[in-house]
Amino acid sequence: MAAEQSKFDPVADGRGDPLEMPRLACGAMAASKPYVATPAHQQALGFPGELVEDWQDKAIARLGELLEESRSLRVYLDACVRCGACTDKCHYFLGTGDPNNMPVARQNLLRKIYRRYFTLSGKLFPWLVGAEDLTKDVLEEWYSYFHQCSQCRRCSVFCPYGVDTAEISMAARDIMDSIGLGQKYSNEIIGKVFNIGNNLGLQPKALKATLAGLEEDIEEETGVPVRLPLDEKGATILLVTPSADFFASPHMEGLIGYAKVLHESGVSWTLSTQASEAANFGMFVGSQDAMQKIALRIRKAAQDLGVKRIVFGECGHAWRVAYSFLDTLAGPFDFLDRNYPVPQHICEFTHDLIQQGKLRFDKSKNDEFRLTFHDSCNVARASRMGREPGGQFEIPRAVLRAVCNHFFDMAPDTIRESTLCCGGGGGLLTDELMDLRLKGAMPRMRALREVAEEHGVTHMAAICAICKAQFSKVLPQYGFEMDAIVSVHQMVSNALVLTGSRQEAELDGKAEVALQEA
Amino acid sequence: MLTSVFAVMLYMATLVMAAGLGHRIWLYATTPAPLKIPTMPAPTTRGGVVLRMLSEVVVFRSLFKANKWIWLFGWVFHAALALVVMRHLRYFLQPVPEAIVLIQPFGVLAGIAMVAALVALWARRLLVPRIRYISSPSDHLMLVLLLAIGASGLAMKFWAHTDIVAAKAFCLGLVYLDWQPLPADPALLVHLTLVAVLMLIFPFSKLLHAPGVFFSPSRNQADDSRERRHVPPVRLEAVPR
Repeated sequence: MAAEQSKFDPVADGRGDPLEMPRLACGAMAASKPYVATPAHQQALGFPGELVEDWQDKAIARLGELLEESRSLRVYLDACVRCGACTDKCHYFLGTGDPNNMPVARQNLLRKIYRRYFTLSGKLFPWLVGAEDLTKDVLEEWYSYFHQCSQCRRCSVFCPYGVDTAEISMAARDIMDSIGLGQKYSNEIIGKVFNIGNNLGLQPKALKATLAGLEEDIEEETGVPVRLPLDEKGATILLVTPSADFFASPHMEGLIGYAKVLHESGVSWTLSTQASEAANFGMFVGSQDAMQKIALRIRKAAQDLGVKRIVFGECGHAWRVAYSFLDTLAGPFDFLDRNYPVPQHICEFTHDLIQQGKLRFDKSKNDEFRLTFHDSCNVARASRMGREPGGQFEIPRAVLRAVCNHFFDMAPDTIRESTLCCGGGGGLLTDELMDLRLKGAMPRMRALREVAEEHGVTHMAAICAICKAQFSKVLPQYGFEMDAIVSVHQMVSNALVLTGSRQEAELDGKAEVALQEA
Repeated sequence: MLTSVFAVMLYMATLVMAAGLGHRIWLYATTPAPLKIPTMPAPTTRGGVVLRMLSEVVVFRSLFKANKWIWLFGWVFHAALALVVMRHLRYFLQPVPEAIVLIQPFGVLAGIAMVAALVALWARRLLVPRIRYISSPSDHLMLVLLLAIGASGLAMKFWAHTDIVAAKAFCLGLVYLDWQPLPADPALLVHLTLVAVLMLIFPFSKLLHAPGVFFSPSRNQADDSRERRHVPPVRLEAVPR
């Protein structure tokens, strides 16, 4: 492991074909494991505190329950023919060369147990069909490799049957939780959402102070009193955004952008302490219960505040849960205004205003940024924006093109539906997995390096809190600036000319001077 | 005696395949799909989903995006197999429909193409390290079985000719429950036995990808979760742990 690590040099390895096939390095990442959840973290979610005595039986029984509950799991475990189409599609495989990071091999870790205990061929001829007993070694493999899947769904795009490894890894994590072997990072965070209301554990007081500080900053910059309301009953829009937006850069600059756009739209809006988190880590651990509980907070906040619309901020998996699952988990939302999409993405909101000509931009304010756009996996492959399929690719790009003069896409096979994960999604954004995160980011970093050299791209915009946090960490290691990752609404914020602002006066003054000179 | 053994074997194989597949399809159809998980971008209407599914089943669209070699060999194999199966209808239908008569020469070509594609697929499985890594013995044996079926069939066409009139009488006899003697040619017996084996293992093997693809939620769901509330047929309840 140590030898493998030292061989990886991000600066040198960060150049080349983003999708270059690695040499197979068997077991290279076997030792990569996240910290195990403590009994307190486990029990808070209703899971056993530690590995239960009869864990084999319990795990097999839980797999049996999941097979009854989930068509995707049942079909995906049966349908795979080992054709190999997915083998070179996972960024963790491309970055590590560990064959267990090939999607089909990762699935096979669960499939071999399914075969052994739930299929005739595996019961009779395990050696023939690759079926295996559930042993401690298998459990160790599960814990290691099902925490090397960021549930990005890139493999499912290319599978002839649409087998989605995300579904398999969610099921495996659910089984592990159910026998007392949980992942600390995700389960601790879910506990915080239950207890405090957001992933970061930000208390309402701190949140209020942060928002007040941002209001001051905006007024200082523009001269316009833009508000960031919290828990205001009767507002039209509830904005649900990842708690990172209250806390760190470049997330916070994005929040400033939403606030300015919402201010300019003239529609009243509010944040909520109860739903001060868009993220839903219940999805990462495959727990339908946790996911539903977290989703219901948003419904409750919307009802308590009496809002008519729900808008989500920049967060990848949150938008998946919002777009694809929210109505199922927490609906029906018949108390909202159905003239607007339920829910709506902030990029859709901003894009609509741009289409209507309601926003004024000074693009030159972004001239120092030569931009590219990183499609976040859950937005790209698990949700949509706008009315047409593919709007999730077009709308953020249209927003960026409206606010900056220099935009260049990365290589076609690394964006849109083929986009590469940042390397930190799916509940892996934790420090002890830094080696994995660094290597998993390699394909994206190579694609970025290509446009940096070809078009002089200086910055990469994203609409996902996890992407932003992950890139802030790995960009410097690959020889980029740490702040080369920006929020889409940070760019919007830079260029947006608020009505009645100093920037507006300045622009109009310039125009007048130009007119007089002419 | 030989006729009875083969007749019973083929009936049993058909029965196991039909019942096994029926059971599997029933399981797929009745297991709830709790959430909307189409791989995006996805069609927004049912009609669009039908087109997407057709493009997967007829031209292997996703596989084409993934890997041109696997797509080429895989598609040629499946298309050739379809033609070969259609060509074989002439052994079970009397009179033989015009269309089936017309495709006979193409069916023979398809037989050759099928065997060639299977050889290519097996070569990939043996020679490409990452595909060898993911292959279990059954993955190799499945290709061997299909190859042997194709080879024994081609052998009867080009080399060890069998009494084709008697073979057809046997097949028709199976259909009309009026058994006719089976010619005791080794190639024919091998061919029929292997086909019976293939039918027997169909519902217990990866051949389930054939019905499975139609039930794959990432491919058969429409992208309409904001327009239509998705309520799974069976309510998900918190499962006690």
